[in-house]
Amino acid sequence: MVHIPASSVRDSSHVLETHDLRAYYRMKYFGIDREVRAVDGISMHVRKNEIYGIAGESSCGKTTFIKAIAAAIRPPLEIVAGHVKYSFIKDGLYELPAAERSAIRWRHLSYILQGSMNVLNPVRRIHKTFEDFAFRHMHLGRAEFDLEVKRHLERLRLPAEILHAYPHELSGGMRQRVCIALATLCKPEFIIADEPTTALDVVVQKDVLAMIRETQTEFGSSMIFVTHDLTVHANVTDRLGIMYAGRLVEEGRTADVFSNPMHPYTAHLIASLPKIGDTQPRSALSGSPPNLADPPKGCRFHPRCPLAMEICRHENPALTMLAEDHRVACFAASTKVQPSKDGEQGEMKTLEVVR
Amino acid sequence: MIAVFRDLFRYNGEFAIGFMIMVIILGIAAASFFSPYEPIDSYLVAMDAPPSAEYVFGTNSRGQDIFWQLTFAIRNTLAFGFIVALISRILSLAIGLVSGYVGGAVDRVLMSINDTFIVIPLFPLLVLLYFVLRDDMTWFVLALVMAGLGWAYDARLIRSVMISLRTREFTNTSVFSGMSMPRIVTQEHLPYVLPIVFSTFMNNMNWSIGLEVTLAVLGFTDVDTPTIGGMIFWANQHSAMVSGIWWWYFFPTLFVTLTFIGLFLLSISMNEYIDPRSRLDRMGNS
Amino acid sequence: MTTPLLGLDKVSKLYKRGGLLGREEFRAVDDVTFHIDNNEPQVFTIIGESGSGKTTLARMILNMVRPTAGTIFFKGQDLASIRGGGARRRFMKEVQPIFQNPFEAFNPLKRVDRYLFMTAKNFTDARSSAQHEAAADAALNKVGLSLGEVRGRFPHELSGGQLQRVAIARALIPGPSMIVADEPVSMVDASLRMSIVNLFRTLRDDLKVSIIYITHDLATAYYVSDRIIIMRKGEVVESGPARTVLENPQHSYSQLLKSAVLSPDPHGHGVLIGDSAASQQARASPHPHVSSSEPQVR
Repeated sequence: MVHIPASSVRDSSHVLETHDLRAYYRMKYFGIDREVRAVDGISMHVRKNEIYGIAGESSCGKTTFIKAIAAAIRPPLEIVAGHVKYSFIKDGLYELPAAERSAIRWRHLSYILQGSMNVLNPVRRIHKTFEDFAFRHMHLGRAEFDLEVKRHLERLRLPAEILHAYPHELSGGMRQRVCIALATLCKPEFIIADEPTTALDVVVQKDVLAMIRETQTEFGSSMIFVTHDLTVHANVTDRLGIMYAGRLVEEGRTADVFSNPMHPYTAHLIASLPKIGDTQPRSALSGSPPNLADPPKGCRFHPRCPLAMEICRHENPALTMLAEDHRVACFAASTKVQPSKDGEQGEMKTLEVVR
Repeated sequence: MIAVFRDLFRYNGEFAIGFMIMVIILGIAAASFFSPYEPIDSYLVAMDAPPSAEYVFGTNSRGQDIFWQLTFAIRNTLAFGFIVALISRILSLAIGLVSGYVGGAVDRVLMSINDTFIVIPLFPLLVLLYFVLRDDMTWFVLALVMAGLGWAYDARLIRSVMISLRTREFTNTSVFSGMSMPRIVTQEHLPYVLPIVFSTFMNNMNWSIGLEVTLAVLGFTDVDTPTIGGMIFWANQHSAMVSGIWWWYFFPTLFVTLTFIGLFLLSISMNEYIDPRSRLDRMGNS
Repeated sequence: MTTPLLGLDKVSKLYKRGGLLGREEFRAVDDVTFHIDNNEPQVFTIIGESGSGKTTLARMILNMVRPTAGTIFFKGQDLASIRGGGARRRFMKEVQPIFQNPFEAFNPLKRVDRYLFMTAKNFTDARSSAQHEAAADAALNKVGLSLGEVRGRFPHELSGGQLQRVAIARALIPGPSMIVADEPVSMVDASLRMSIVNLFRTLRDDLKVSIIYITHDLATAYYVSDRIIIMRKGEVVESGPARTVLENPQHSYSQLLKSAVLSPDPHGHGVLIGDSAASQQARASPHPHVSSSEPQVR
């Protein structure tokens, strides 16, 4: 197979755009109100035919961000402000009636999730699951549909016998491959992959990653790829966004982020990756991520930051373009970085709930 | 404790309603201590008088004031339910904890006994016991018998919770902190089990009261001790419905229904409050 | 030769699966033999993927599970001879565990410090509660925390990294000569992973504690270990000094594992695809164990 790198056919039109997206968990227990600002003002875009990686640690808000762009919002999670726009929908995602929103799923927007068992129905054979998910979206006759499924599996180099298997009869790696096949069957414009290889063994992980990359390239889909594992990002993604405490702190081409990390958090994450053949002592970051129910004022990283200055304690740095295709939110990285305009009073005006 | 109570009352509608119902019920039961009549004495007042200012709930064909009769009936019925629930909770807790934590052969023996109790048809057995014991089947003996039969379902529930707790990592941490088995069970695991005991306590009371009323209506209990079922039994004996003395049925039925609803509401609201998950969520911001 | 710290002699563990009919035996650990010297503290790493038997092996070393066959010696004592509370307690004073999930290691409804005080009370000479607190504080200091940060806290009030360090501190209170750590960093965030692994180095060098580090992550294994064994389906396929084995693996499975480790240097996805073809070739190698590896329809 001739491999065409995505960068050579770059089309700069945006498939997904979010603007100042804020999604909070609002809970009430016996009179105690609690607000967790899991996604707090994220503006980004995903271009056509690229894999956009999102990295961040547990509870940095990356899962909430995915829920927000997939319209999988259920109380207590609420979209508090901002908008999500896809190129294949005329208006914003949340301006769409609920019925149309679900019609978009799978046809234009599909998912690859961490636990394949959550997608595959354990008591139905795989071909039944394919029908459950995709038949009504494909607008094909029964025989044509079956043929299309077989052709699709062939293209992904999966044996056709798996269609007659039950999920428990397949290995974890094979199940995850089936999920990828399922997600790409309708050739959606956009795929959301949430930790798709985290539960897999390393040997299997590598093959599954290669399959994801090949499939995405072949169908020209755009993809958001979320994982906490930076080595996976280094090998799979075109562009990479680093999240910390509900905000995007750095974003750029993956190679640029790795070779020239400008945010101290990113720099630390990359420096701490162990490598076979290298036993140099690696330092660890002190402190722990903030509680999102009560985040620190100013830059949320400043309590742990080796470069923290006075301004970091009061002002939230805006995500600023510092090099070609490379945005950073850190006052220490460059004097060009200004305090974010939608700071404290911005949060006040966002309280009207966007439907 | 008072703060918990205040929170529940303020923010949980089910609790507030259930609590108020139970206060009324308990108030009526407490009134029995001030009754001008003895519960078993009959032909004390005018017969078959409808509810009026003098006799709020009316009187029956045996010349008893239904209001004062009802105070004794509610007291006895509640006490019955309480005793059954208390004894059967102790049994199910002990058997569930031991079976779940010790496991192995002990578990297998206890659970086969447990399953035997689950499949025994209760109602025919109770009727049979009544015919065997006859006059020895007092109110208290019946409570003991029902407690002995009512623990099995919840013992299994507690056992399954214990099994899952035993495999959790913090149990291993406790073992390697040098804690003994009884200590781990009572200090580490009991906080997860007690909510089940509390909420099943109310449900068990409901179950035993319901069964007692059924048996009493059919006359298979000691009908000389006034209970709610016993009152309905006597109403049947005197064909009260045919004679149009509806209040003889109506008030016992109304209050036993209210008791059911009150206990049920308390059970679900306490369950929600004590549940470890919601407790953790609340602790997260205190 | 002096008595080894830990010796495993042809240790196997069989599990029986299925009900009355069609019982099937499953060898979780199959004829494993190795020993750890007592001369010098070391980090001994057991590498394996899911289903390799590494966790069962750890539980046997911790005397939580009895082997079906073979013997495990700790400082010359057969673990099977440990019976009764006193003997168990003496063993736990010497060997302590660290578990995989720091959020599960402590009861969510109990305060974390309780486990530290309990351990001090049961395994040390400390008698008064002031002495228990002193012992807890000393152990917490060794892992970079203090009692002030932990006292009265519930697990959900601490981060994963803090909890894992409290778990290590608790294991240190009895003054053990060996710590068994089962996947201690797999649930910990990347920025904290190195602080845990660095801590193992410190424990080995400063406190002279030997550590059995169980993991599937070759990169941290290389970074921290002195000796390693690689397990596959219950068997040890390769063992030796960590650097030698990982730099130049001999067994085909070890080679496959190493080739599957993703490099953190971004070189674009083209290399990934190229490499995967190579690893597919490796899987098609004539070695029977490897060719049956993955994925297959049963």
